[in-house]
Amino acid sequence: MIRVDGPSISNSLIQVRGLNKTYTRGGEQIQVLQGLNLDVDKGDFVAFMGPSGSGKTTLLNLLGGLDVPSAGSVTVDGDEITHMSGSKLTHWRARHVGFIFQMYNLIPVLTAYQNVELPLLLTKLSSSERRKHVETALGVVSLSDRMHHYPRQLSGGQEQRVTIARAIVSDPTFLLCDEPTGDLDRKSAGEIMGLIEELVSKYGKTVLMVTHDPLIAARAHTTLHLDKGVLVEAHKLEQGALAGGVA
Amino acid sequence: MKFRSLIFANLFRKKFRLILTVGSFAIALVLFTFLGVVKSAFNRGVEVAGADRLIVVDRVGLMQLMPVSYGDKIRAIPGVKYVTHDHWFGGVYQDEKNFFPQFVIDVENHRQVYPEFIVPDEQWNNFVKDRQGCIAGRRLAERFHWKVGDRIPLKTTIYGAANWEFNLDGIYHTDKEGGDEGQFWLQWKYFDETVPSVIKSTAGWYILKLDSPDDAVRVAKAIDEKFANSSDETKTETESAFAAGFAKQFGNIEFLIMTIGGVVFFTLLLVTGNTMAISVRERTNELAVLKAIGLTDRTVLFLVLAESLVISFIGGVLGLFLAWGAIPAVSAALTGLLPPLLLSKTMLTLGLLFALFIGAASGLLPGIGAMRMRVVNAMRRV
Amino acid sequence: MAIPIIYNVRSVRARWTSAIVAVVGIAGTVGVFVAMLSLARGFRATLVSSGSEDNALIVRGGATSEITSGIGLDSVKIIQDAPGIARGTGGPLVTAEAVLMAPIPLISTGTDANVELRGVAPNVLEIRKQVKIVQGRMFIPGLTEVVVGKNANTTYSGLTLNNTIWLGTMQWKVVGIFDAGGSSFDSEVWGDSRLLTEAYKRPDTFFQSVTVHLTSPQALTQLKDSLTTDPRLNVDVTREIEYYAKQSTRMTTLITRLGGFVAFVMAIGAVFGALNTMYSAVADRGREIATMRALGFGGPSVVFSFLLEALLISFIGGVLGCLAVLRLNGITTSTINFQTFSNLAFAFKVTPDLLGWGVVFALVMGILGGMSPAIRAASLPVASALREL
Repeated sequence: MIRVDGPSISNSLIQVRGLNKTYTRGGEQIQVLQGLNLDVDKGDFVAFMGPSGSGKTTLLNLLGGLDVPSAGSVTVDGDEITHMSGSKLTHWRARHVGFIFQMYNLIPVLTAYQNVELPLLLTKLSSSERRKHVETALGVVSLSDRMHHYPRQLSGGQEQRVTIARAIVSDPTFLLCDEPTGDLDRKSAGEIMGLIEELVSKYGKTVLMVTHDPLIAARAHTTLHLDKGVLVEAHKLEQGALAGGVA
Repeated sequence: MKFRSLIFANLFRKKFRLILTVGSFAIALVLFTFLGVVKSAFNRGVEVAGADRLIVVDRVGLMQLMPVSYGDKIRAIPGVKYVTHDHWFGGVYQDEKNFFPQFVIDVENHRQVYPEFIVPDEQWNNFVKDRQGCIAGRRLAERFHWKVGDRIPLKTTIYGAANWEFNLDGIYHTDKEGGDEGQFWLQWKYFDETVPSVIKSTAGWYILKLDSPDDAVRVAKAIDEKFANSSDETKTETESAFAAGFAKQFGNIEFLIMTIGGVVFFTLLLVTGNTMAISVRERTNELAVLKAIGLTDRTVLFLVLAESLVISFIGGVLGLFLAWGAIPAVSAALTGLLPPLLLSKTMLTLGLLFALFIGAASGLLPGIGAMRMRVVNAMRRV
Repeated sequence: MAIPIIYNVRSVRARWTSAIVAVVGIAGTVGVFVAMLSLARGFRATLVSSGSEDNALIVRGGATSEITSGIGLDSVKIIQDAPGIARGTGGPLVTAEAVLMAPIPLISTGTDANVELRGVAPNVLEIRKQVKIVQGRMFIPGLTEVVVGKNANTTYSGLTLNNTIWLGTMQWKVVGIFDAGGSSFDSEVWGDSRLLTEAYKRPDTFFQSVTVHLTSPQALTQLKDSLTTDPRLNVDVTREIEYYAKQSTRMTTLITRLGGFVAFVMAIGAVFGALNTMYSAVADRGREIATMRALGFGGPSVVFSFLLEALLISFIGGVLGCLAVLRLNGITTSTINFQTFSNLAFAFKVTPDLLGWGVVFALVMGILGGMSPAIRAASLPVASALREL
């Protein structure tokens, strides 16, 4: 279940309490997140929406251990990552997080197979064990026949599927998606979302997704809006808008 | 010029890369300058040779001695203004490593033939009067901290093992660029008294000064003809030809220098050309916008060229400055092995021109690319 | 835990135009470095191999080279009877030699070089055992015949078999070419000392040096003590091999210092070139690097990966530089030896250890050029780099 009011004790998979993030830009302090709370359970699929500059990407970075908050805590599966040291955080990230980016972020000089294999190189698996995982992951995204192609030989949709395969190959605790369909045409976008939904429904993955497209957001279980540095549930936002006349 | 701010803003965009490119430039120029200076040092003899001087040696070889009576006969030849003679002394001052050239000179005529070596009259007169006197060049005196009045001991073995001692009566200097201030002179009269009889009344080689450089060929021929079929036939050539003969024996060293110069040149072109190309590629969008706004193709070319010229100018000046500082140190390390390394104004100017040429050349290709680029294509390229 | 090397290999290949700058810079520097050192080595080797362990060279006391030395016949007679000298069929193995210089044109430029002439004893080949006649024959004592070293044959004009040349006041026939094992003797012309001195109007009772064959290398001390304590003599006795080694010091120092400075400056330039290449690599691949770090490859892995890439590039440069210089090996050149004032032909001597040092030098430049870009790659702000357009 997804909650944003954050009871002090919960045993959700991902717990965020009082998350603050302040940036200094051009001499000014900008507080992007202001005491944000969040609970996400295993198997949840949540979309984050909000105007640009609202801090969606910042939130994602903090959840993925790519950034450190100014205050507050992020706990995943019992591990409090906020105070982890650099290398420990790196290890944690490798084990627990799968990233799916808007710009695919594939290594152009490596084949699809080698790109998907990358996260596994951080483990102690042998070459044949790795092969099994990679082939499975590529099978899930239906790209087995293009294993040895280079990114430039794949279409946009296919590249994104490789990214997804890479994100799931090490069986991470949860997946973080940043505008996963942002660069794709309508048809490919639909295919990608279908794939992500399948990851949740069929494989029980936990997915947190940032998007600006309401149609995409609608495919998730819940949509949360980032408003004034905290998360607000969709219907509450409507109420607030009706009440305050803010669009 | 109104684009100055744009040019400089572009340059400083990636400060680090700018520093590296300017640095590579500077280094290449230090090298180019150094090689030029070394080449000049190898050829120093030729460079400072007097256009109006001839050298006469024994045809059989440099080691052979000629009768000192030849001097008058040479003087009699029309076109010859002054004649003097030298011997190579070949002594050792304390240690072999302290090598410097020592010449036995004929005091009556030496000054007239070598007017570029200047000795204060008082010192020269003392020297003439002092059989055991000697004169040292300014640089030589500085090297060993000699002062007028010092007693200089030399050991020779060519003329029988002997210990000689001389009184330093004077110090000569020269205002001629590259002139040799490292020589040591002693008197022929004293030399002639002291050496074994086989060597008495001889000259190692003759140096003569012509009335006019145009007479060189004619006079040389006349001298050699005069002594043909005598017991000591001669070989006469201009001082620069004589020096060139020595320089040529270093033969392939110059070839090596040219090759290195070529490698440097090529690499430098690659480096800056590559950097310019990269930065043009990066700014495709902006250049397209500039064109869309209304800047002409030619102006864009001018912008790119201007940037690379600024880089090459700054790099060039920096390099020359570094060379100016480093070369004296290297010259000191090579004392006694090579003539001093001199950085002339010509060399500095040449270096800077070279730098600017490279700058223009390496900005040209990317510049033309930028000039030709169609706005539409550029905007589409991400 | 490491980023696969194939990533670096392929990345270098994909960006080869940029890598070429660094490769050429390093190749050039290594080439110059190895070439200069092999020039100095070749020069020194030529001189060192001129001497042998069981020969001793005797010159006048204080003389720094043969040219400036003088030993009279009466001294030679005393030396001949000294202890420690080996004996051959004809008597003590002693060659009293007159050393002269003759101007002979260089084949390459047509201008004169000071070629060393050596008037030798007829049994000189028994004393200098490393010298062998390879064409023609040895000269006959009493005849105006000379034999020339193999380098002299190819460097100076007119020194070909059966040709006649003027030396001093006489005409001489070239009757043989000898191989002296790549030593300075290979640049010399040898003839009967009595006749050569006459051709140069010198007394035939006056020599520049005496070379003797010792009974054993250890016999040097005995010989030296005997000769230096003899009041009738004023001589220096040196093992031949040490004498020649000393003759090379000035030239070797000059070449080494000149070459050293050039290589040093070029190295700085090459490091700049490498830095340039590596920095733009890091800049261009910002997103890839950030992705890998996001995936979990830590700072050290990234540093190591880029350092490896720099080393890969510099290794290629080093090998290319060495290969280019390898072609110089054995090529002869000639120069004046300052210490003897005579011309000496010698060859570039490229040895395996010099090549090894060249590659090491390249790798060092690679590290210097790759270190800070590598560290920069590891400290790029991941989050923003992930999304840069």
